[in-house]
Amino acid sequence: MTALQPPAGPASASGPVPFLSRLHEWVTTVDHKKLGTMYVVTGIVYLIIAGLEATMMRWQLAWPGQEVLTPEEFNRLFTMHGTTMVFFVGMPILLGSANVLIPLMIGARDLAFPRLNAFGFWLFFFGSLLLYFSYFGGQGLYGMGSAPDVGWFAYAPLTERTFSRGHSTDYWILGIFVAGIGSTATGINFIATILGMRCRGMTLMKMPLLVWIMLVDSILIVIALPPLAAAQIMLLFDRMLGAHFFDAQAGGSALLWQNLFWFFGHPEVYILILPGFAFVTEIIPVFSRKVIFGYPLMVAATVAIGFISVGVWVHHMFAVGLSPMLNAIFMGSTMLVGVPTGIKMFNWVGTMIGGKIRFDTPMLYSTGFLCQFLLGGLTGIFLATVPFDWQVSDSYFVVGHFHYVLFGGLVFAILAAVYYWFPKVTGRMMSERMGKWQFWLLLIGFNLTFGPMHVSGMLGMPRRIYTYHLDRGWELWNLLSSIGVLIQLVGFALFAYNLLHSLFKGKEAGDDPWDAWTLEWSTTSPPPAHNFDEDPVVHSRRPLWDLKHPDDPDWKYE
Amino acid sequence: MTTAPMPLSPPEALPQDRISNGKIGVTCMIISEIAFFGTLISAYLFYIGRDINGPYPQEVLEVSIAPLKVLFNSIFLLISSVWIWMAIRSMRAGRMGAFIFWWALTVLCGAEFLVGTGFEWYGMIVNDGVWMGTNLFGTCFYTLVGFHAFHVTMGLLVLTMILILALIGKVKPDNIEKIDLVSWYWHFVDGIWIVVFFVVYIFGNQPVS
Repeated sequence: MTALQPPAGPASASGPVPFLSRLHEWVTTVDHKKLGTMYVVTGIVYLIIAGLEATMMRWQLAWPGQEVLTPEEFNRLFTMHGTTMVFFVGMPILLGSANVLIPLMIGARDLAFPRLNAFGFWLFFFGSLLLYFSYFGGQGLYGMGSAPDVGWFAYAPLTERTFSRGHSTDYWILGIFVAGIGSTATGINFIATILGMRCRGMTLMKMPLLVWIMLVDSILIVIALPPLAAAQIMLLFDRMLGAHFFDAQAGGSALLWQNLFWFFGHPEVYILILPGFAFVTEIIPVFSRKVIFGYPLMVAATVAIGFISVGVWVHHMFAVGLSPMLNAIFMGSTMLVGVPTGIKMFNWVGTMIGGKIRFDTPMLYSTGFLCQFLLGGLTGIFLATVPFDWQVSDSYFVVGHFHYVLFGGLVFAILAAVYYWFPKVTGRMMSERMGKWQFWLLLIGFNLTFGPMHVSGMLGMPRRIYTYHLDRGWELWNLLSSIGVLIQLVGFALFAYNLLHSLFKGKEAGDDPWDAWTLEWSTTSPPPAHNFDEDPVVHSRRPLWDLKHPDDPDWKYE
Repeated sequence: MTTAPMPLSPPEALPQDRISNGKIGVTCMIISEIAFFGTLISAYLFYIGRDINGPYPQEVLEVSIAPLKVLFNSIFLLISSVWIWMAIRSMRAGRMGAFIFWWALTVLCGAEFLVGTGFEWYGMIVNDGVWMGTNLFGTCFYTLVGFHAFHVTMGLLVLTMILILALIGKVKPDNIEKIDLVSWYWHFVDGIWIVVFFVVYIFGNQPVS
């Protein structure tokens, strides 16, 4: 493995490395930084694909009676959009960033199991190809070209053989099953790395908060993904071996699928949003020039969110008609999540108050995250209330709600993270000017797209309809949403251009462009394969502050 | 303070005793496996007594696979946990001969369990005509017991590989940690069988009222 890599400095100076050997190096790598980069790049590619899928849906819905897509195509598009965004955009970007950052932040050489890490990446990668292969082989012998059309949560019994002919649903099952095994393996890897490989002096309570949050996140991955795998195997047995798990005619239960899916599905949305919290928790203090407010409380809130998130799944099933007692219990537990999340919100704001805030691009996105995530969180509290949920369940209000959380929250946090850590990974800065333009375009485009959805939802527009009549009063809100998408498209095109442009032409970053405090900024950008020339020793939560201010180090106060 | 700042020296960071990566990794893997089996077991419990056609568990489990027979098989599996523990103990003491003996005994007992499962399934499929598609009992039974048997098979493969390596002298007492971790997995496979046994053969085997 190491023998194949050219000696670092001189070889690259003597001439360009041939494409094939570079490809070979990337394909066979077990280096956490390379694998992490591959995860993030794959995630961004799928972000573009799934974004274009959404664009086609918004085009179809822009005004009543459009005929851009057939109903079948529309069903496939929302299924692929949701599935891709959750499993092949959110998951790889969070696993990838954690891959790059965890060892650097805790001063380790690599993850605990580098080869398991590569294994996890390739499982994820081929799982995603398996899902998209359904566009070519989804109907098997029945005909060419299809894709799963059962929604990202694939409710039984619509997924049974009787109702879902061909093999598109099988590709959905297998693609996510394979990728899920990879993610579980990587989660295990993260836990072992964080618990076992911290550098000298880094006790648990001196870890950067990103590492803390990723620890809780990984525990959730290990607990929540296997039930999905088991449920998918049951579904596969139903479809392939004639089993009856979700076959109501033989006594099977569609409700069991809902329970199993959401027992995975709700922790999953916390698995997705927690890394978003992690990114802004690292970024806000640096750009406010203050330590994070309430470090121990942040840790406690993270652990609390982890615990509560495995006990709220029935709130996705309020409209099913379970007993009022059960609904009330899960309404309570869902409301409870608001408490630790609120604590985090106040801590971020508390960090900003009185700080010398620098509004560089990462900070702009973090601020956008705070506002939009707050809105998404508030509509979440509405939806947790059973009577309200009954009114708007499965309407565009719900679509608006979770896009505020996952797009306005998570994607903005991811963009903040890309702008913040891009210099560390590539050694070059991204263009601030383009970044700010992109921020405002996305902010306007995002709110224009998803804000009106709350209104159209309140007016009764259901999710997953492929068109609607003129007389419902939904036209204006849908048109606004679709115009918003156009603005977002410009923003994302600018982002793609900025990424590529800065990769080759960006200005040199240096080791520590943001004057930050965590260990990853103490090594070179990009870091050498071995990360640190000598094993770091830390004495406080901000080791680089201690180095830069030897007369007033943090460890005196912690 | 009025004097010039002294060069401050932090309290020395002592190296900490950490649990090895392997132990954490295998523990987490076992936790994920428990989550996996927990889901299958929940489904089994959920469907007990919901069959709309026979053969019902109490008919099948009484006629062709007397619980005693399963109990006999289970004892072979459970006692293999003791053998593997003896093997690890011998290895710790550096007695490689004893290690190979106990390890081989573990493999034999695990294999016996699989053979027993094979006979059980043969009886159920051929004599009672129960397969996955027959009814919910068949669906749940073959999925849960089948996945357990699959895990036993995987474990046996690894155990056999280690046995062969030990026989040709490639396993040294230094490898104790890795071998020990394999035994953790084997204990897990045995432990989960106790739960499966109670769910399938005791709890799921009661007459429908």
